[in-house]
Amino acid sequence: MKLYQRLHPGVNLGPTDPESHEEAEEKIFGFWIFLMSDLVLFSVLFATYAAMSIQGVAQGPSPKDIFDLSPVFLETMVLLASSFTFGLAILELKYRKNQRRLALWLTLTGLLGALFVGLELNDYRILLAEHGAAPQTSGFLSAYYLLTGTHALHVSVAIIWLIVLAVQLATLGPVGPVKLRLMRLALFWHMLDIIWIGIFTFVYLYGVVL
Amino acid sequence: MFGRLTWDSLVFSGAIENPSASEFVASGAGSVVVLGGIALFILLAVMKWWRPLWTDWLTSVDHKKVGIMYIVLAIVMFLRAVIEAAVMRSQQLAAYDGAGYLSADHFGQLFTTHGTIMIFFVAMPFITGLMNYVMPLQIGARDVSFPRLNAISLMLTVAGAILVMISLVVGKFSTGGWTAYPPYTGIEFSPGEGVDYWIWAVTLGSIGSTLTGINFAVTIYKKRCPGMNLFRMPMFTWTTLCTSILMIFAMAPLTAASLMLALDRYADFHFFTNGDGGNMMNFANLFWLFGHPEVYILVLPAFGVWSEVVSTFSGKRIYGYTSLVCATMCIAVFSFCVWLHHFFTMGQSAGVNAAFGIATMLIGIPTGVKIYDWMLTMYRGRIRFTVPMLFHINFLFMFVLGGSTGILLANPTIDFQVHNSLFLVAHFHNVIIPGVLFGMFAAVQFWFPKAFGFRLHEGLGRKAFWFLAPGFVLAFFPLYWIGMMGATRRTATWADPAYHIWFAIAMLGAAMILAGTALLIAQVVVSVKRRKELAVPLGDPWDGRSLEWSIPAPAPSWNFAVVPTVFSQDAFDAAKCNGTAYQAPAKYEDIHVPRNSAIAPLIGLFACASAFGLIWHIWWLAIIGFVMVWAVVIVSSFNLDTEETIPADVVRAQNEAFLEAVRNAPGVTRDDETSSANQGKAVPERHENRFAQNMKGNMTEATT
Ligand code: HEM
Ligand SMILES: [Cu+2]
Repeated sequence: MKLYQRLHPGVNLGPTDPESHEEAEEKIFGFWIFLMSDLVLFSVLFATYAAMSIQGVAQGPSPKDIFDLSPVFLETMVLLASSFTFGLAILELKYRKNQRRLALWLTLTGLLGALFVGLELNDYRILLAEHGAAPQTSGFLSAYYLLTGTHALHVSVAIIWLIVLAVQLATLGPVGPVKLRLMRLALFWHMLDIIWIGIFTFVYLYGVVL
Repeated sequence: MFGRLTWDSLVFSGAIENPSASEFVASGAGSVVVLGGIALFILLAVMKWWRPLWTDWLTSVDHKKVGIMYIVLAIVMFLRAVIEAAVMRSQQLAAYDGAGYLSADHFGQLFTTHGTIMIFFVAMPFITGLMNYVMPLQIGARDVSFPRLNAISLMLTVAGAILVMISLVVGKFSTGGWTAYPPYTGIEFSPGEGVDYWIWAVTLGSIGSTLTGINFAVTIYKKRCPGMNLFRMPMFTWTTLCTSILMIFAMAPLTAASLMLALDRYADFHFFTNGDGGNMMNFANLFWLFGHPEVYILVLPAFGVWSEVVSTFSGKRIYGYTSLVCATMCIAVFSFCVWLHHFFTMGQSAGVNAAFGIATMLIGIPTGVKIYDWMLTMYRGRIRFTVPMLFHINFLFMFVLGGSTGILLANPTIDFQVHNSLFLVAHFHNVIIPGVLFGMFAAVQFWFPKAFGFRLHEGLGRKAFWFLAPGFVLAFFPLYWIGMMGATRRTATWADPAYHIWFAIAMLGAAMILAGTALLIAQVVVSVKRRKELAVPLGDPWDGRSLEWSIPAPAPSWNFAVVPTVFSQDAFDAAKCNGTAYQAPAKYEDIHVPRNSAIAPLIGLFACASAFGLIWHIWWLAIIGFVMVWAVVIVSSFNLDTEETIPADVVRAQNEAFLEAVRNAPGVTRDDETSSANQGKAVPERHENRFAQNMKGNMTEATT
């Protein structure tokens, strides 16, 4: 089978264009590899957190003292919803090609992402105000803020990226390169979702239970 | 406005305020940087080289030029770091019966910059540059997968190197060693800018390397020419692939560790501090999770070079290709399972130590396989003792010795005796100099004609070898001895007079290495002068075996006029044997190449400025630099027109002229390959045919 006959999943750039498919495959594959190295970074942060959340509590509060599951659950739902709307946006791009609907789904995705970051910042505010739990308090809290903060930073970057792509969709139109970028952003977005599930499980659920 | 930066931060103020030998040495080094910078500036202006420098080089995204720039960076940084090494040696010699002439603090900066530079700004750029130049040619590709990203990786590395150079003039560098262990490098024990220089220089370099790893892995997976399946790839490409995968996985822990250290220092976090729940063992874990694979990131490409060199200059296929590939992959995987041997003595249980000790020793097995394969490649080969081959034979002996002392160190009980002693310093220089550094020197001798169109002067190369190889032995073997006698590493002065003679021998060795380095420079200068008689425009001076030798030297910007199709390993050699080499293609097509772009140098510049701001707490500079980096990325992403086209006619004209020249050239045999008769058309060795009977397996594959 030729390379271009093995279509990659996701956005089809066009049914009969082997050349751009080959080019696309290379770019998307490269992005998968980038995601892998980003995952290594997060694994390292998870490992650090795993060690610190037990041994690094020092005089500060322990996970059990400060985590509250209900806002975190809300955040999880919001982020999952944003992944869902991003999926709808990609389907729109692929099948219906209705620019307005596409813009709508993308806007919704961006807003949900922003809401997620906002909720997380609110969590931080509560931690600081009610528990006096700053990153400077203990090794555990340093690791906690670094892990969740890196995730939040990734989401924020993804939102900026989304805005840039929205502008490009408007000015350059849904041309091949822009579609491809959108597809990569979608991969990135879904990966952040998966990482958040990890954070939800290992940081919050374990933190409250153990 | 200028943060912590004051006039007193300039290195020269130290010499004025409290004159001492140590301060004068520091000021001298600073002056060299400043005067060198000014001289370079004037030279470029006088020769009117600014414009070509910018348009032909700095903005280029051609993988060959990027590769060459990487190597130039590596060589410049090597000169600095090797001089520092000699200064350290002379201090240790001078410290007999006294304190020597350097302050302990200055000595600390010296071993830190020496180590940091050698690893991150010599060895890394050297292998990256070489992989950049050679790998796409070996797989028959037009370019790497992401040419602009490639240029960005280079410029980020350059930005890091510039920071280290600036530290000679403005402020001080860290004294925490290239490993920068906290809590010593924490803010409590190391206030000031030194550790911050280390953090940001290394971070920039490691981001660049991550991107390089991604780029090269994708290139090898996706851009091989038709017929080049994985098991037809030349060995150097294989090692490049494994190295790239190591880079993808290993650089992230380093980035994480250095950023956490930064958070500790800048924002009072507690990752690695003494109190408040900090855990400095975690730094050791993260650092060596990078650091151990790092040594294989460095040595695997060198192994690739050795494989190419030994088979070419033995006129034989590499022996045991499949076993070499498997060994390479084994090493790559094992390299992630041994990091703990770097801190056997730091308090984990005996069981853990034993497990990691055994894991470490296991790496000796695939490495041993490789050594045997290289030896058996020479067996019954027609060996030519060219400069790269001399380095190779030296490598075989020395690497076995260095590897053996590594196996000794892998035994925790022995490590308890000699860790942090000069024995360790002897061990790692013993593997890294004959293995990696000389590997890169051999690679330059080997591929230089491909890159520039003329060979390097053979005689001067030999002379350099005869200084470098014995110089290395003198410089480092005494350290095994005094290391066992108890001499500790990173120590500026010492008490036992029995060390004196050994330090003297080591100094002699270092001087010989300096002389050898000077000879290498002389070799390049002389070769440039005599480039007419050394010219090899036909591109195949060594009777090469892989695709890069099938094109003119220097290689045209589009690499291959028509993307080749291969049918076996050692594709070009096979083509020469069955008479299909140098055939004119039926049809030429337009070639698309990426356009030059200022993105990469701009990103490098702003990243450097931002890091400088961070180091000196000049917050506005840090923020503006950071924002500008991303502004460049975003703005340039709106430009979709990034390619230009080279018309088929241009390609045809050049290629036909090349083929015509090849047809008319007489060709040289291996006896004359170092003479001026060598124009790059090889009369291939028919050695393998003579042994066709013995090597049926080899032959059937080579001809099918
Ligand atoms: C070419 C001649 C070289 C000489 C004469 C030399 C000499 C030295 C000396 C004197 C030290 C300090 C030893 C001590 O701790 O007391 C040192 C440390 C070191 N060298 Fe070299 N070196 C050379 C090449 C290299 C190369 C090629 C590399 C790596 C690519 C390298 C990497 C290092 C490292 C990582 C350290 C440890 C720095 C630290 O302690 O933090 N050296 N070398
Ligand atoms: Cu190691």
